[in-house]
Amino acid sequence: MLKLVVCIKQVPMVSELPWDPNTRTLKRNLAEGMMNPACGHALEAALQIKKQHGGHIVAITMGPPMAEEVLYEAIAMGADRGVLLTDRSMAGGDTSATSYTLARAIKKECPDFDLVLCGCYTSDSETAQVGPQLAEELDVPGAAYIEHIAVKDGAFRLHRVTDNFLEVLEMDMPGLVTVTTHTYMPRYPSLEGLQSAFARSDIKILNARDLRLDPAKIGVNGSPTKIINVYSPTAAKKNIVMQGTAKKVVDEIFAKFADRISGAIGKDLKTHYHDNKACTK
Amino acid sequence: MNRSIWVFADYRNYFQNRVTLQLLAKANQLAAQIGAEVCAVVLGYKIDEYVAEYIAHGAQKVVVVEHRSLQKYSMEKYAVLMERLARDYQPEIILIGATAFGRELAPRVAKRLGTGLTADCIGLEMTEDGLLRQIAPSFGGNLVAEILTPEHRPQMATVRAGIFQEIPHNNSLHGEVVRIPLPKDLPKDRLRLIAYQRQPQRDQRLEDARVVVCGGRGMGSKKKFKKLFELAQLLAGEVGATRPVVYAGWIDNDALVGQAGRNIRPQILFSFGISGAIQHTAAVTDAEFIIAVNKNPNATMMKMADVAVVADANQLCSALIKELKDRIQT
Ligand SMILES: Cc1cc2nc3c(=O)[nH]c(=O)nc-3n(C[C@H](O)[C@H](O)[C@H](O)COP(=O)(O)OP(=O)(O)OC[C@H]3O[C@@H](n4cnc5c(N)ncnc54)[C@H](O)[C@@H]3O)c2cc1C
Ligand SMILES: Nc1ncnc2c1ncn2[C@@H]1O[C@H](COP(=O)(O)O)[C@@H](O)[C@H]1O
Repeated sequence: MLKLVVCIKQVPMVSELPWDPNTRTLKRNLAEGMMNPACGHALEAALQIKKQHGGHIVAITMGPPMAEEVLYEAIAMGADRGVLLTDRSMAGGDTSATSYTLARAIKKECPDFDLVLCGCYTSDSETAQVGPQLAEELDVPGAAYIEHIAVKDGAFRLHRVTDNFLEVLEMDMPGLVTVTTHTYMPRYPSLEGLQSAFARSDIKILNARDLRLDPAKIGVNGSPTKIINVYSPTAAKKNIVMQGTAKKVVDEIFAKFADRISGAIGKDLKTHYHDNKACTK
Repeated sequence: MNRSIWVFADYRNYFQNRVTLQLLAKANQLAAQIGAEVCAVVLGYKIDEYVAEYIAHGAQKVVVVEHRSLQKYSMEKYAVLMERLARDYQPEIILIGATAFGRELAPRVAKRLGTGLTADCIGLEMTEDGLLRQIAPSFGGNLVAEILTPEHRPQMATVRAGIFQEIPHNNSLHGEVVRIPLPKDLPKDRLRLIAYQRQPQRDQRLEDARVVVCGGRGMGSKKKFKKLFELAQLLAGEVGATRPVVYAGWIDNDALVGQAGRNIRPQILFSFGISGAIQHTAAVTDAEFIIAVNKNPNATMMKMADVAVVADANQLCSALIKELKDRIQT
């Protein structure tokens, strides 16, 4: 029986967050949350390992209280229990603070884990840093962008495709992987699954004090990186705007830029006779 | 000790992926502003060729750890070595190419050193106070964030290939080579490479194409998107796409243009039904001439185009095809 931990983040449903250029703030409240896609693949990988070898799956998320939703979803899919890490002092942490916090929770809740599974990246920040940093915090071997996991002779057999290499790796237990979105398509939670997840789900809520976190290592203050400025990058060029029917616009493009196009494609372009007629009219 | 800016030498796909050379060029600009030297760190076995290459591309110093046991990239060994070297030499800045390996190595090294790391920067500058301003997309690509690591050292960032321009190979450049023996007490690998196989090289056509026709979600459907291939063929160009298009399966993942895909620098870029999220536009800023087609005149892509056509992308594509068929001399 394997002890598995899956780290799951709740991310905004839309990839394009509504940005208000006037107030220069994010209209975050408009965005609904969902399970980060890659985390769904990591959970699916854990479920398949459990099915083959037997196991126990703990889903962990750090976020605002509303992030509990992804734990219900994880339990409905087949995770055995959930842990929500929520505290104002954890908010705004960078990947260093996040991985520290997740590591403390794992050491407290599942110290004898065999495998931690993360998504390879999140859709909102896509740093892909939390997994590798969590492996450092836990002092276990780690491998990113994994597409297949097998258990063999007391070790993990991993497959990945990175930087033009197809690699097969052997990793000691315990270890950590981050899972890509190419394989392990997440299953849909059944309706009964969802209902029973809400009815009798095992979710533990922990704050910074429960985890005895070092305040100097969490949240905004515990983050080595500081965001000093955020802006919307509209590098406006002085451009030509064309409007009208497709035919008219295309004629205009060729009238002005036929030479440029002909140069780039390395072919001569005929001048257009009915254009000329139109001009003489 | 001299102040230094380090570039991790990621030589595994040297001829296809020039990101290390591009970072050396950027490091030279930054170093000039803070009076630092540029140093490449090369870990491996039989790597003299690369050492010479990095010097010819702007490394004033190369720190080399060469040993048979480093013949293959090893995450754990490399992370420990980078940490120890950084503790000994205390570089101000470490830049790492955002290859799959670099994106895994950098966070591990940063964590070991207890410092910060910014992923996938699209710009790097020095502030007046001599700090590294790390400019990176945030919040799903709508916004750009400027990030500092004010108190921790080194300041670390990863950068994808194609953001910066390499310095042309120059044999007359000189560099000091510092050879460091492999420490005897490296931890045993807990992750072992059992087998590997080099994949067929990705085509470089998109990067090299003189004309690129890029389509976005605004093309509407897979069927309509197909028209772009006809247009590209007439223009002797290649087809690129945005992420939603790739996710929808209208085209292969290889055609993805943007931070997660390819950087392009065509003479003419046609952009159809693309909103212009920073993850996409960061990879097309080197296009010489951009013709964008969008129903929405206020789309970011339209603002950065030389010609902004307010029209239906499909209709315009069809009209262009017809016109080109008419005009191309056969
Ligand atoms: C970490 C991260 C990495 C990413 N990496 C990449 C990347 O490498 N490459 C990439 O492309 N994206 C990437 N993205 C996604 C990126 O943020 C955008 O979501 C994406 O580029 C938007 O694609 P789009 O312009 O095709 O679609 P949309 O943003 O949906 O834009 C569609 C556009 O088409 C226009 N339109 C609609 N109908 C028509 C019509 N009939 N005629 C003309 N115009 C029409 C609309 O006005 C709109 O402007 C990444 C996102 C994240 C979070
Ligand atoms: N707040 C969080 N709670 C739980 N897991 C997280 C959190 N942030 C990141 N992770 C894990 O780290 C992975 C990579 O995230 P990132 O480094 O932000 O791209 C995610 O897929 C999750 O598995």
